[in-house]
Amino acid sequence: MMAVTAEASHARTGARVDAGRWIRIGLLIAALLALPLVAPRYWIYFAGLLGINIIATHGLNIMMGYTGLLSLGHAAFVGVGAYTVAILQTYFGMPFWITVPLAGVSAAVIGVAFGLPSLRIRGLYLVIATLAAQFILQFVFVQWQSVTNGDVGLPVRPATVFGYALNNETRIYYLIVAAVIVMTVFARNVIRSRVGRAFMAIRERDLTAQVLGVEIVSYKLMAFALGSFYAGIAGALLAYFNQFVNPEQFGLLLSVFFLSAVIVGGMGSILGAILGAAFMTLLPELLREGSLLFGSVFSLDLGTVLTPLRETIFGLLIVSFLLLEPRGLAQLWKRARQKFSR
Amino acid sequence: MTGTDSPDKGGRHDIRRLPASAARILMLQVDDIQLAFGGVKALSGVSVHAEKGKITSVIGPNGAGKTSLFNVISGFYTPQAGRVTLDGEDISVMKPHARAYRGMSRTFQNIALFHGMSVLDNIKLGAHTNLKSGILSAGFGLPLTRREERELDRDIQRDIVGLLELDHVQHHYVEDLAYGLQKRVELARALVMKPKILLLDEPVAGMNSEEKREMSRFVLGVRKDWNTTVLLIEHDMSMVMSISDHVVVLSFGKPIASGNPDQVRANPDVIKAYLGTADEPVQNAA
Amino acid sequence: MSPLQQFIEYSIVGIAAGGIYALIALGIIVIFKSSRTFNFAMGEMMMLSAYFFYAAAVTLALGPVLGMVVALIGSIAVALLIERVAIRPMLGRPFIAVVMVTFGIGSIIRGIVGMVWGPNDLQIPAILSRSPIMLGHVFVPGKTARAFAIAVVIVVALIAYLRYSRAGVALRAAAADAVTAYSMGIDVRRVIAFTWVIAAVTGCISGVLMANVNTLTPHLGMVALNVLAVVILGGMASIGGVLVSGFVIGWLEAITGLYLPTEFREITPYVLALIVLLVRPNGLFGSKEVERI
Repeated sequence: MMAVTAEASHARTGARVDAGRWIRIGLLIAALLALPLVAPRYWIYFAGLLGINIIATHGLNIMMGYTGLLSLGHAAFVGVGAYTVAILQTYFGMPFWITVPLAGVSAAVIGVAFGLPSLRIRGLYLVIATLAAQFILQFVFVQWQSVTNGDVGLPVRPATVFGYALNNETRIYYLIVAAVIVMTVFARNVIRSRVGRAFMAIRERDLTAQVLGVEIVSYKLMAFALGSFYAGIAGALLAYFNQFVNPEQFGLLLSVFFLSAVIVGGMGSILGAILGAAFMTLLPELLREGSLLFGSVFSLDLGTVLTPLRETIFGLLIVSFLLLEPRGLAQLWKRARQKFSR
Repeated sequence: MTGTDSPDKGGRHDIRRLPASAARILMLQVDDIQLAFGGVKALSGVSVHAEKGKITSVIGPNGAGKTSLFNVISGFYTPQAGRVTLDGEDISVMKPHARAYRGMSRTFQNIALFHGMSVLDNIKLGAHTNLKSGILSAGFGLPLTRREERELDRDIQRDIVGLLELDHVQHHYVEDLAYGLQKRVELARALVMKPKILLLDEPVAGMNSEEKREMSRFVLGVRKDWNTTVLLIEHDMSMVMSISDHVVVLSFGKPIASGNPDQVRANPDVIKAYLGTADEPVQNAA
Repeated sequence: MSPLQQFIEYSIVGIAAGGIYALIALGIIVIFKSSRTFNFAMGEMMMLSAYFFYAAAVTLALGPVLGMVVALIGSIAVALLIERVAIRPMLGRPFIAVVMVTFGIGSIIRGIVGMVWGPNDLQIPAILSRSPIMLGHVFVPGKTARAFAIAVVIVVALIAYLRYSRAGVALRAAAADAVTAYSMGIDVRRVIAFTWVIAAVTGCISGVLMANVNTLTPHLGMVALNVLAVVILGGMASIGGVLVSGFVIGWLEAITGLYLPTEFREITPYVLALIVLLVRPNGLFGSKEVERI
């Protein structure tokens, strides 16, 4: 009897919570659309960058947070996406609605090519393979002069929608917001399905997952391809956002950046990926502001200090979150909400 | 050369020519398994037959090869000889996940639940083979996936959660549950695919007598409600004797007796193997 | 010079350069042996040591000998700090998490060095003579040859020490079976800390040698990542095998330099790693791990 009542009341509050949630989602979307009307351009620029980082972080979170596949080469797959756009536009004149999906696909294909041999085995091999991807792909970006234009990189013309060029922060902001919403919902749907449960099962106990009928290798491949696809889409948007691509953007430091974003946000949480990406996107800005302040006091050379300062802080974040709060900001957020709702 | 009539092949023909009635009543046939790890024999000539809708138990002292046998049946170990047949189909060389698709499920001696996931999600994983959604259908939230998930939820709530009394904990993380409850979640996960054969690996290991009685009740309930065929290995004699229809006794990787609980209990070889002495009644061994 | 002669000459020079890599590999394997930890910060530990040497020998003008002493003490202190603060609390956590922690530590050290000493090349006092050494007809650059000799002496000394000292026995016991070792009165945590000290020593010496052969930059440590990649693929089973991987990298780099533009040198270890993964996806690691079921 007891159980039945509990169930029924749960269902009823569940419906009410659902309605409340839709209202909140509606408000959030309205706020996102209205943002450029009220916020300064500088903010819109960061919102765009944040959106791109959220998509890339979702990708790494799917691999690492949900499936337990550590990748040290995520930045390189973002680079593959960005270069795909630049190359398809420069040499074939393709419009963005073709180049963006193809950027995702090419990143997924190249990701799988690097991951395939090691995904068949357990252990550290994938880490080495992704590290190899990081260095080899960046090497290709630099050395394949005839196509990538080497260190100088390639210019990218703005994307155009119905003859309307997305040539400033605000215009491309809307494209990015749309992409973030679609990619977030997609990731959430996958995670809550049979596929996502299989990912997590592999992360926790792969042999047991097998007994339940999960074919480990194909699901690992799926997770790796999906995560690289997200990286590719992020890279494509980044190319249109910056209107250029060069190899320097996609170094090991950016891979560490995404690693930090996933860990800080909370591995295996969609909200965590968003929080982590937000934290990590805003952090360098705060650092820059802070070092501007302190730089004048200690007369530091900003250009040379900023990059190592980032490296230090990223590393500190990775280590301290892994040590102290492995479930990341998402967990802190959850705890804070529980406290307030009481 | 009469190479086509190799002894191996002939043997298979023999087994296929088992009386039709046997194939009809046997859900799982494990025949003449030989398993060795680098010269150390773990199983020598073990055969176990599980009859449809019955509870068959494999017992034996520690190191008798019970867990090895289960790992052979699940497909983790490849035996040097012998075969495993599920509902008339030879599954001897199939990978573990393929066996799951054929209707085999199991629990584990050391609980193997997925941490960081809710009880409900753990149970849903058990239905992996019954669902069809791929990554695109799931990601775009297509009707196929929505319907599938809705039906799965309904089935679990209707058939599993009530039967195993898990309603109050289904939204908890599995790692937060008490030991006995975790064992029950594992049973739920193994049941949700509606398996043809349910393998239970020491279902009451480490439980107190209250929890043991509960687990026995659940296993009997599963058999009664769903007519599931059960094969279990267990240390605990009292549980085995009270719920089994058929018992096989292993000792040092060899079968030494089989029959119904009363026959096994009375078998002097069993008493000797289990206790090292024939003086005490087996019932109290656990 | 005939192509064969050229090949031989490059091979010898490459293997000589590999001495330092073998030293780095030794530092990686001892930590792995004691605690199954892959130390992705090995390169940064080594690079930091070279900067310690620079600070003591040049900035404080203590000269090379005292400079080396200061660098050793500093390196050991840092290694013990890392072990105590970041590694020990991670015991029992998934190895992927520990890998990420060491990776993060590497990033921290790289950043701190970059902030303190800047991104530019620094010159450290030459402790190795430049005068080349002739091996038959092969001409080996002086610094490389002497760095090789020092590295080999240190490697041999350390291996002998690990073989015959009490500490070495404790290490091997802990590596074989930590629980049994513990029950026999071996303090496994101290053994692990001890392996970090050894890694600090090998890192310090290889770092200073490396900075002598090349120059001192915050990227000095990147080479250790190459070593780690090849060492992992070569199998962490035996110290001998791991040392060989060090020489293999040195040789590969030289041979690549012979046939391909120099830029290719930085990716050869990874190309090799991928080829190995393709050709021998299984078993390089020795035994497969088995989840208890």
